[in-house]
Amino acid sequence: MDYLNGITLILNYIFIPGLTYGSQLALGALGITIVYSVLRFSNFAHGEFMSFGAMSSILLSWLFMSFEINIHPLPTAIMVLPIAVLLTITYCLIVDRLVFKFYRQQNSKSVINLIVSIGVMFFTGGLIRFIVGPGDRNFFDGERFFLKARTFKNITGLNEGLTLKTTQGVTILLSVFLVIVLFWFLNKTKTGKSMRAYSDNKELALLSGINPEKVVLITWIITGILACVAGTLYGLDKSYKPFTYLHLVLPIFSAAIVGGVGNPIGAIIGGFVIAFSELIITFAYKKIFFYFLPAYLVPEGLLQILSTDYKIAISFVILVIVLLIKPTGIYKGKIL
Amino acid sequence: MTNLARIKISYFLMITALIVVGFLQSWNVALTIFNLCVISSIMTLGINIQWGNAGIVNFGVMGFAALGGLANIIISMPPTSNAWNVGGEMIIIGLMIFTLSVFFSIILFKKSNLNNRVKYIISFISIISGYFIMRFLVDVPIEKIEAIEPAKTGYLGGFNLPVLLSWPVGGLLAAFSAFIIGKISLGLRSDYLAIATLGISEIIIYFLKNEDWLSRGVKNVNGLPRPVPYEIELQSKEWVLKVSDYLDIPITELSSIIVKLSYSILFILVLLIILFLLEIAVKSPWGRMMRAIRDNEVSANAMGKNIKQRHLQVFIIGSTIVGLAGAMLTTLDGQFTPVSYQPLRYTFLIWIMVIVGGSGNNFGSIIGGFLIWFFWVQSEPLGLWFISQITTYISDTNIIKSHLLENAAHIRLMFMGLILLITLRFAPKGLIPEVKR
Amino acid sequence: MYLLSGEKITCGYGSVDIVSECSIGVNKGNISSVVGPNGAGKSTAMKALFGLLPLKKGKVILNGEDVTNLPPQKRVLKGMGFVPQTNNIFPSLTVKENLEMGAFIEQNDLNKMLEYVYELFPVLKDKKSQDAGELSGGQRQQVAVGRALMTKPKVLMLDEPSAGVSPIIMEGLFTKIREIADQGTAILMVEQNAKQALKISDLGFVLSQGKNLFTDSGNSLLANKEVRQAFLGG
Repeated sequence: MDYLNGITLILNYIFIPGLTYGSQLALGALGITIVYSVLRFSNFAHGEFMSFGAMSSILLSWLFMSFEINIHPLPTAIMVLPIAVLLTITYCLIVDRLVFKFYRQQNSKSVINLIVSIGVMFFTGGLIRFIVGPGDRNFFDGERFFLKARTFKNITGLNEGLTLKTTQGVTILLSVFLVIVLFWFLNKTKTGKSMRAYSDNKELALLSGINPEKVVLITWIITGILACVAGTLYGLDKSYKPFTYLHLVLPIFSAAIVGGVGNPIGAIIGGFVIAFSELIITFAYKKIFFYFLPAYLVPEGLLQILSTDYKIAISFVILVIVLLIKPTGIYKGKIL
Repeated sequence: MTNLARIKISYFLMITALIVVGFLQSWNVALTIFNLCVISSIMTLGINIQWGNAGIVNFGVMGFAALGGLANIIISMPPTSNAWNVGGEMIIIGLMIFTLSVFFSIILFKKSNLNNRVKYIISFISIISGYFIMRFLVDVPIEKIEAIEPAKTGYLGGFNLPVLLSWPVGGLLAAFSAFIIGKISLGLRSDYLAIATLGISEIIIYFLKNEDWLSRGVKNVNGLPRPVPYEIELQSKEWVLKVSDYLDIPITELSSIIVKLSYSILFILVLLIILFLLEIAVKSPWGRMMRAIRDNEVSANAMGKNIKQRHLQVFIIGSTIVGLAGAMLTTLDGQFTPVSYQPLRYTFLIWIMVIVGGSGNNFGSIIGGFLIWFFWVQSEPLGLWFISQITTYISDTNIIKSHLLENAAHIRLMFMGLILLITLRFAPKGLIPEVKR
Repeated sequence: MYLLSGEKITCGYGSVDIVSECSIGVNKGNISSVVGPNGAGKSTAMKALFGLLPLKKGKVILNGEDVTNLPPQKRVLKGMGFVPQTNNIFPSLTVKENLEMGAFIEQNDLNKMLEYVYELFPVLKDKKSQDAGELSGGQRQQVAVGRALMTKPKVLMLDEPSAGVSPIIMEGLFTKIREIADQGTAILMVEQNAKQALKISDLGFVLSQGKNLFTDSGNSLLANKEVRQAFLGG
């Protein structure tokens, strides 16, 4: 019984949150990786694109909520997601036409594109704050839990509860769905293959008659979808504040690089490595020991490897370590 | 237009703009802007020598500036009585043990011939055990130190030395960490280097935010000593009273202007010294070699130039300048607030200054720092003015109008983004382009 | 009248002319080889024929039609195929996907063409699900040629097909090239290994410093004393 309690504890505080946060990071990292492998630059504006997607979902949710149109028990944001995705794609495409296209035609160095993306980041960040303001926005509605701690305790008779928040369930399911569709697209469709070909060898792709502008268009469409979904899910799960999305860029970059930039599978693995490391390193193990060891062996203190205050810093530490030991990442990515 | 003409015109316009602010808003505002303009220019000079001359992308501005700020505490604050008695040394010893364990692993990796798996295992064990020994040594002392009057002190304090000393010390702190950061990350290509330095600077900020025994963390350190007189002291001075009468300015305002002017003089002095040294460096064979490496790394390498060594030198020099400017900024603020260090404000804004001013031109960096800081401050009121102009005919009770007015301040982020994008598109060399030597 | 010909073409990078007033051509079902010393402008001429480099003077005629001003992609549609010397495959795509990309424009008889290429290079069929980047040099070259064949080109242009390939593999590759030509595809290739190339060629062009020096049938060039001494090492 004690062991089961201990396992429930791990599931509840590490496994489910890790899966959720990992999915959010993985979706973000996929966006960064895809832009990198096709357009050859690190897109610092990606966090703001996610924020833009979340903002679109919020505004649309409010609109539908005011008409009392919803899909209870699921949050309204999930219902309006397709429209929000369209808005985000449109924004990405407009930015590409007005900004990035020029540098693509000039064949600018990747570092110039990186600085350009910082300009886009500033502008988008300002635009978003101008539209919804800088404050905290909660747009969650619907049923809060798929599984309540009390229900779980009643069913199993354990001391420890297991909860599954609606946002966590939705995040995990939607991410799995999106990733499956993405991989099907990249590996099985003609357009997806042409994208991979373009990212592999641009000159030869041109010789083969692959239309570069079409590849770029598809790239931004995928980026828009990933950014909007990731941003909305993160906002639903943790509440939306424009400021936090700037800070999300770094863990996302860490995930992409740790997995191997330019490699979609790597981006997903990287997202989960970062998410689980953060949770495992900052978890207080006292209670676990309590369940697994006889009472006289349980040590004093919280038994935390690192204080929770350092949670986000862990992703940077992992990033630095990976860059030092294996800059190509876990899965061999393209070297920047 | 020649560069000299560009410099003359842009500097003239900039000074005029500040004077206009002096007349329209107030001289206090103008001097506040001016002082921060100077500090921004110094940071910009530091980044410019790295990016403009060597092509190194350093996104760690925030971290180096914060280390400079930390120097203010270490140098100028009085030591907290008792803090050293309850185990201050233990913290230092603990940190040293951890550092040694890390260094041991690094040396093991570089020098030994063991196979890789053994190396990984040994260094993993060494770092982990170093970490836990440190925790064992420091946890209790830290708790005790942070318990000493937490509302007022709760940290080690400093050495009670003149605050001006913290400027060079801030530079040194930054230089030391730049040496380590450069050693580990300068081998990376541009995008990786940018992300790595940004990540490391975030780690530095997290450390300062959470290690209360050192920097009081989010509780901030207030009341740092000043290198210039206090307003209250000035107000009782006879000559100040006389000048106040003569110029017909209220004594409170005059005293604050005098304080700001004294800062300005100190800052300008530092700016001129750094500019002078950098101009010599850039024109020297060292500077020429740096640009040769930037323009063609392959051929420079073939010519036997030690690129890594050169890059490390320029990385340390630039970061030192940023650290110095960071120390000056904290002295001007009179307090150290770790939470205020944001990449948007400290890293990316400085980069906009470098690009807009003109990569590779020191005089460009200065005008870039001035111009962007000026607009960063002034675009808030400008945005508000702009919005209220276009909404003049909408009634005041309209929700959209009040919403627009409420958020008008955020136009400045959009504005900064636009300035950067327009510069990169239409004048990629910046206001004052690099001189072809 | 050639199937594909470059007539008195002049081109180069910047103000330097690397190829001047040079004429090259190939007939249906034939192989034409362009040989010559290093820096003779062979590869440059090839790129110019395919439109990867603008012409300063001269014309490119395909099947009687002037294609001088068409971009490379359009030339592919008109029936030209090109295998670059390096970076001629998509390394992270599988062999089969590489071939599919070759037929990106024309996918009507995709399976028929795949069968044709697999028949020509049986080893590719065995490795069709493997990443092309993992193959050996000779196999990569087969993927590259196979990719170009997927559009059923009238003319296939090869830039140094034997580069980085061992002599035994090279011989096999040349046999395959002859086979492709015999089935009706004209082949225009640039080769460093002049002797072997001329042996299988119907027509040879010897270039030197960007100009035509000799133009004759492959065998006659091999027999020509001057050519042998100057370019074929005796």
